[in-house]
Amino acid sequence: MSTAAETASTVTLPKVRVDYLPVLLVPILMLVALPLVGSFSTWVTLTVAALAMGMMIFLMASGLTLVFGLMDVLNFGHGVFISFGAYVSLVALGPLAGWVESTNLWLNVGALLACILVAMLVTGALGYAFERVVIRPVYGQHLKQILITMGGMIVAEQMIHVIWGASPIPLRLPEGLRGAIVIGDAAMEKYRVIAVVLGLLVFGVMHLVLNRTKIGLLIRAGVENPEMVEALGYKIRRLFVGVFIVGSALAGLGGVLWAFYRQTLTAGMGMEVNVLIFIVIIIGGLGSVGGCFIGAILVALVANYTGFLAPKLALGSSILLMVAILLWRPQGLYPVAKR
Amino acid sequence: MLPNNPIHSLLSGDYPRSRVLGAVLSIVLVCLAFAPFLFPGSQPLNVAAKICVFVILVASYDLLLGYTGIVSFAHTMFYGIGGYGVAIAMYNFSPTWPALGIGIVVALVLAILLALLIGLFSLRVRAIFFAMITLAVASAFAILASQLNEITGGEDGRSYRIPEMLRPAFRLFDEPVMGVMINGRILTYYLIFLSALLLFLLALRVVNSPFGRVLQAIRENDFRAEALGYRVVVYRSVANCLSAGMATLAGVLMALWLRYTGPDTTLSFAIMIDILLMVVIGGMGTLYGAVLGAAIFILAQNYLQVLMGKFSGMLESAGIPLLPNLFHADRWLLWLGILFVLSVYFFPVGIVGKLRQMRR
Repeated sequence: MSTAAETASTVTLPKVRVDYLPVLLVPILMLVALPLVGSFSTWVTLTVAALAMGMMIFLMASGLTLVFGLMDVLNFGHGVFISFGAYVSLVALGPLAGWVESTNLWLNVGALLACILVAMLVTGALGYAFERVVIRPVYGQHLKQILITMGGMIVAEQMIHVIWGASPIPLRLPEGLRGAIVIGDAAMEKYRVIAVVLGLLVFGVMHLVLNRTKIGLLIRAGVENPEMVEALGYKIRRLFVGVFIVGSALAGLGGVLWAFYRQTLTAGMGMEVNVLIFIVIIIGGLGSVGGCFIGAILVALVANYTGFLAPKLALGSSILLMVAILLWRPQGLYPVAKR
Repeated sequence: MLPNNPIHSLLSGDYPRSRVLGAVLSIVLVCLAFAPFLFPGSQPLNVAAKICVFVILVASYDLLLGYTGIVSFAHTMFYGIGGYGVAIAMYNFSPTWPALGIGIVVALVLAILLALLIGLFSLRVRAIFFAMITLAVASAFAILASQLNEITGGEDGRSYRIPEMLRPAFRLFDEPVMGVMINGRILTYYLIFLSALLLFLLALRVVNSPFGRVLQAIRENDFRAEALGYRVVVYRSVANCLSAGMATLAGVLMALWLRYTGPDTTLSFAIMIDILLMVVIGGMGTLYGAVLGAAIFILAQNYLQVLMGKFSGMLESAGIPLLPNLFHADRWLLWLGILFVLSVYFFPVGIVGKLRQMRR
């Protein structure tokens, strides 16, 4: 019999091997925490809170990791988009005061979504300007990139002070989104549930776009080998800019959610989470969206559980997690960028 | 000048190489050396002492950023270790010289060990990765310092007494010298000034030694330096340790001056940003840039605000919207930030580099 025919039928494209080990870390961590926390209802509350926090961190970090993976630019000024998103939502809330105070849940959710939409549009536009003015001249020069994006961050943070003043501004959640849902003994804050849903939605869309569409294919190919994609006749520059705009808009979205979560606005809020975001994308593997998602959830879970079990450790827990993960996988959970 | 000239050996052969730069540096040196007599009063002396400390801190950072091409965000951590070394020794033991010495030595050893650890763990990776990791480590350290209430005093920090000779009540002579009473405060200033001068000359010696040349080779092309047979990781780690040690001493001097150490004055990220601004505006890769950067920045911090406040008030009384906010006294960092971005683009060599180019 002919071996050629046989190999032709069996040798198709090599199947992409999916690495499930990091994904398993999440349920394992949850299960380990359950006996430690002791009470089931407390555990549910903690876990939901952690998931909400994880989703917000993911939203804020995903843009950064995409930009890094594709453009090889580490934007130290990413936190600025978070801050701007939050402050812009304040402006959007102005004319919507009626919706915010109303007892109609749909109007409340509408107000939140309107905030998000406006914030994403503004931060997307800002991202475009930032890419053109600040980042474009320094592609390929890491030292300058770090310095220049830091500089951009300082200037932008000061501009927030100029426009909105230096004192923290309180931000109230829409009426219907306050309070908690109680199932059995477990209390889950409504807003956190919404954050989880939104985060999952965005992750789902991103996953689909990256894996099922031509744009996603080009983006992933661009991460692997930009010159080749360019040589095949695609304008990778335009793709770069597009990804940067989307990344900034996502940071803006994360900023809105984060601002409502903290209920106060400060110009430095973006920079404060920047450290957390860096930790998340290091854990996830630079440039990987899936890794970023898992990293964000892991960081949030660990922070919440240790916050309950050993409050003194909570603030440093994410660093310990990062060290542990890097000892296991020095490149992060899902290394993408091979540079 | 002749190679065996004393100035030549003091400066390690690294002259300002620009008449303007030489003149400016001399003015800074004279002003700092005679600060208590030239500018009487506690505020100007405070500014002068801060400039001395920051010259050392910025020079030590330049050793990393400018000479070796390493971007670290953990520099304030070492500065803080120095500060806390003094604070813990002075607060828990009697304020004597031996206790101070022990505090400084322990801080130095701790800082250098930590620098070595960070270096060996992460200096192999790319610049971007190292920057992120140091940022994370530094923020962890800041958290640690504010959480360990019993040792560091937590968020409130520690106030303490320093050896008697350095206290304001101490008098060296009964009579005033040139119209100024030489008290412990002025002695502290001179201790800071002379240590800063010594450390600066030492740093100059380091960067102009064969070791310093290797660091510059690594900055230009680490792959080629490795190929030439230099162990890049070793050189980077040593540079990291040296720079950490110097930053620790800067922290010690600042702690002696302020007689207070807390997270906000030593570990905050704002200080890290200040250092970056000073290095880049002064000029990366030249230690004289550290002097100019620190002097300009701290003078701006202390005096530009007043000017801006006046200007802002004028605009406000003229009834122009938004502009008064742009020139508000607290917005001086905005203008320095813009200067920073512009200098990274248009004169990456900084003020010192620009002055040297103009000479040619």
